[in-house]
Amino acid sequence: MMKMKLVVVGNGMVGHKLLEELVDRPQIEVTVLCEEPRPAYDRVHLSEFFSGKTAQDLSLVAPGFFDRPGLNLRLNAKAVGIDTTAKVVRTADGASVPYDKLVLATGSYPFVPPVPGRDRPGCLVYRTIEDLEAMRQWGSKSKIGVVVGGGLLGLECAKALKDMGLATHVVEFAPRLMTVQVDDMGGKLLRRKIEALGVTVHTQKNTLEIADGAGMGVGGRHKMVFADGSALETDMIVFSAGIRPRDELARNGGLKMGERGGIVVDNACRTSDPDVYAIGECALWSGKIFGLVAPGYDMARLVARQLVGDQAGEFIGADMSTKLKLLGVDVASIGDAQGATPGSLNYLFSDEVAGHYKKLVVSADRKTLLGAVLVGEAEDYGTLLQMALNGIPLPEHPEDLILPARQGAAPKGLGVDLLPASASICSCNNVSKGDLCAAISGGAASLGALKKCTKAATSCGGCQPLVKQVLDAELKKAGVTVFNHLCEHFAHSRQELFHLVKIGNHKSFDEVLVKHGKGRGCDICKPAVASILASVNNEFVLKPRHASTQDTNDYYLANLQKDGTYSVVPRIPGGEITPEKLIVIGRVAQRFGLYTKITGGQRIDLFGARVEQLPMIWKDLIEAGFESGHAYGKALRTVKSCVGSTWCRYGVQDSVGMAIKVEERYRGMRSPHKLKMAVSGCTRECAEAQSKDVGVIATEKGWNLFVCGNGGMKPRHADLLASDIDDATLVRYIDRFFMFYIRTGDRLQRTSVWLENLEGGIDYVRKVICEDSLGIGAELEAEMQKLVDTYECEWKKAINTPETLRRFRHFVNSPEPDTNIQFVDERGQIRPMTRLEKNEETV
Amino acid sequence: MTTPPRWTYVCRRDDIVPNTGVAAKVGQAQVAVFRVVAPDGEDEAVFAIGNHDPRSGANVISRGLVGDVGGELVVASPVYKNHFCLRTGRCLEDESWSVPAFQVQVSEDGLVLVREA
Ligand code: SRM
Ligand SMILES: Cc1cc2nc3c(=O)[nH]c(=O)nc-3n(C[C@H](O)[C@H](O)[C@H](O)COP(=O)(O)OP(=O)(O)OC[C@H]3O[C@@H](n4cnc5c(N)ncnc54)[C@H](O)[C@@H]3O)c2cc1C
Ligand code: SF4
Ligand code: FES
Repeated sequence: MMKMKLVVVGNGMVGHKLLEELVDRPQIEVTVLCEEPRPAYDRVHLSEFFSGKTAQDLSLVAPGFFDRPGLNLRLNAKAVGIDTTAKVVRTADGASVPYDKLVLATGSYPFVPPVPGRDRPGCLVYRTIEDLEAMRQWGSKSKIGVVVGGGLLGLECAKALKDMGLATHVVEFAPRLMTVQVDDMGGKLLRRKIEALGVTVHTQKNTLEIADGAGMGVGGRHKMVFADGSALETDMIVFSAGIRPRDELARNGGLKMGERGGIVVDNACRTSDPDVYAIGECALWSGKIFGLVAPGYDMARLVARQLVGDQAGEFIGADMSTKLKLLGVDVASIGDAQGATPGSLNYLFSDEVAGHYKKLVVSADRKTLLGAVLVGEAEDYGTLLQMALNGIPLPEHPEDLILPARQGAAPKGLGVDLLPASASICSCNNVSKGDLCAAISGGAASLGALKKCTKAATSCGGCQPLVKQVLDAELKKAGVTVFNHLCEHFAHSRQELFHLVKIGNHKSFDEVLVKHGKGRGCDICKPAVASILASVNNEFVLKPRHASTQDTNDYYLANLQKDGTYSVVPRIPGGEITPEKLIVIGRVAQRFGLYTKITGGQRIDLFGARVEQLPMIWKDLIEAGFESGHAYGKALRTVKSCVGSTWCRYGVQDSVGMAIKVEERYRGMRSPHKLKMAVSGCTRECAEAQSKDVGVIATEKGWNLFVCGNGGMKPRHADLLASDIDDATLVRYIDRFFMFYIRTGDRLQRTSVWLENLEGGIDYVRKVICEDSLGIGAELEAEMQKLVDTYECEWKKAINTPETLRRFRHFVNSPEPDTNIQFVDERGQIRPMTRLEKNEETV
Repeated sequence: MTTPPRWTYVCRRDDIVPNTGVAAKVGQAQVAVFRVVAPDGEDEAVFAIGNHDPRSGANVISRGLVGDVGGELVVASPVYKNHFCLRTGRCLEDESWSVPAFQVQVSEDGLVLVREA
């Protein structure tokens, strides 16, 4: 059989997709001409190069991919000419490659406006790995950086400059940012948000010239002169002013071109020569170039089918909706975002306080959604996109789709059940709802499994919430109850396990696993069971039988930091500390070269300790009377206090005294999640007790007790449990409350979430705690008293246990420290060296 | 010309608390060595994979929790909790984060040896 000779010019994202689609087709002999020094990589995630990903990490090539027979990859092989009559492609090194079919996948190049001075050193673009390497190099010797172009890519580029620590400017020709995707008001808000992040935005600036800057050298290598007479000094410039199709090959080969460039293709992606196809960003379809990867992938799939003789299907254009996080600001644009459809109507919502802007564009009859713009918050992107794509009828009050949900309102959003099976859920990977459903009924019953077998949500990730919704809805329909099993090793909830441990009087994880679980355990059930055992038996957490179940923080009794060092937090009950002890902390920090910081919990954190230093640090601290602060444990953290009646002119009780008393009572207590407390001396509430798991506020007559508050990710005001109670009642109620939560809380469930999931809510808790409706009050108090009586400082125990201490070293076979831990000076103290500073791609 | 494989003595098997890891210097590399024992005390084995966590850039894989996920023996990185297969170093969440695996042997008298890559 004669093999078909296929030549593919360009091994970018789209060219490579074509190869993947053609894999294992013995009847085709493929030659790939790749101008770059490396095969295809993920340009969409190119910016992650700056956050530590290497060229290798970004590669799109599966191991062994190009080792297949019949697939010849030529790197550094630029095609310089095609002869459509002789059917050969010429390469820069003089070779001629004959073809039967030719696919041009040459992508595009960054457009650099023809400004005098644009070739000066330090004037760069943003498209390839080499471009990024140049940016990194220039970034390291620059203080100021300018991005020309305020579009999608320009803003991504600005983030890269900002992350390199440069004073960053964005210069845009148009009156607003992201002209294509966002409207006027959205653009304004986006600008405000981006400026708040410290990036200076200049709009309506037409650059006339780039000349020598006054600074010469760092701090003003170049001077950009604008048409309005103003100027801007900078050290480096990155042009990101749009893309232009790389069509020079096709142009010289006599193929039909668009007026403003681009290789004209038909609905089959064929050029004016029937044996030549063009796909991806070099192709002009129906007058349009698609600057996104998903339409390119569609073209690649279509051409692959035709090459093997399947003529069905055609390219029908693509949806250009996008959702991105630009410099941490959510921006999304759907369909006809500018309202260009005749007769279309807008709904607008703008919240200048929160910094949200949302717009819906609907049809004249208000029945269908045509487009949308979301800035600042884009959670509803998936829902709105599906409504627009599938023509799902709008609800009676379309504005509800963008208005913030009021308390108690039914959750908005479209039930995914409304979507037809053909609805495209993941546009990056062309996965429809039907594909997802098929995979789910085929056994992909978790998000991870579903992603793996359909590839949905594995590229930009924008569709993940919707993929999850489809999964949940399908599982529910299939009658699968969503279990609260701890993990694959235990078919029990944490609450059930707590009970089983107590009843069975279990003493170790292995015992619990053999009796009630299966397999070997994992990083979810081990710490959870370890915590239960500690709450019930209160044994030293580093006893040999517990050691292997502790998370690294509990294992080293310190908090792991990003570079592999640990932080040390001695307990400072109630935040009260003597000058002598303050001096000790300072001395210890000096002696071991640690970074010190006052925490948000009224104590002092010492950072940058290597594992082998921890015991010595603690020896010094313990000698001076300090104890472990359990900052590393799911345990009581701090009891914050205000100064109270002792000093404050308004205080009505000794809040510091009470804070110390309760901190010393509950220190070291392990629980489902961390616990925080605070005591305020009067109703002014300077200790912020109503944001804590347990908050105590002094009254003229005694104390008000608040529970289940939370700061953090989802703040919640605490609920009042009891008022005007005396010291003894206060302690009794807190004992009961904590023990009740420890018994019934879920793994890693703070008290706030626990309460919200508890049937009967705060009234039920009040009955159990204050009225003893379950008759377990005395039992709960006794359990707590046992924990109080068996308390031991873990660090004191650790430094007196030689077999535990042996583990505090980096290497088992060498006393050397980990040389990967490196610090630099900042504001007079150490900080970890960043990966960029370590130049890590060589590690 | 081939140089014979070089094996580095790391520690005694009993120096590793069951179901935990230690870090060892093997040539220029940092290796995380794990001793794994089933809950019934049977089925003991020793594994060695790279100690460098590619996601955080810290040398801490040896400090992760070991266990099994879907029947495969794994360690969870202590930083962002990615799982690495103890036999192959493959990262279950994202193969591009995988770490190298090293050959390891335990001598009859309980010495753990790791082969230089
Ligand atoms: C050090 C500190 C920040 C500081 O420099 O001030 C801090 C640092 C961390 N916090 Fe925090 N939090 C610190 C006060 C707080 C506060 C303020 C407070 O306690 O008054 C809050 C909000 C209050 C609250 O918790 O309700 C807070 C809310 C969180 C949360 C969100 C919890 C939530 O339920 O919403 C996390 C994440 C988690 O626990 O899952 C977190 C997690 C963390 C972790 C453990 C993240 C991690 O895994 O590395 C950080 C480790 C610190 C370390 O290595 O020592 N941190 N964190 C503060 C230590 C206080 C202390 O003395 O112990
Ligand atoms: C920083 C950045 C972020 C992006 N973010 C997103 C995003 O979030 N979402 C999205 O959908 N898209 C995004 N894009 C766009 C996306 O990367 C492109 O749509 C996609 O890469 C187009 O694929 P392609 O194969 O057509 O072109 P390319 O990936 O550019 O590949 C073309 C290849 O052809 C080679 N070539 C050109 N001419 C020749 C020749 N004569 N001989 C041999 N080889 C040649 C080039 O060197 C190149 O390797 C982003 C792009 C960049 C630069
Ligand atoms: S809460 Fe009251 S007592 Fe405490 S400092 Fe504020 S005003 Fe003073
Ligand atoms: S839409 Fe981008 S990953 Fe699904």
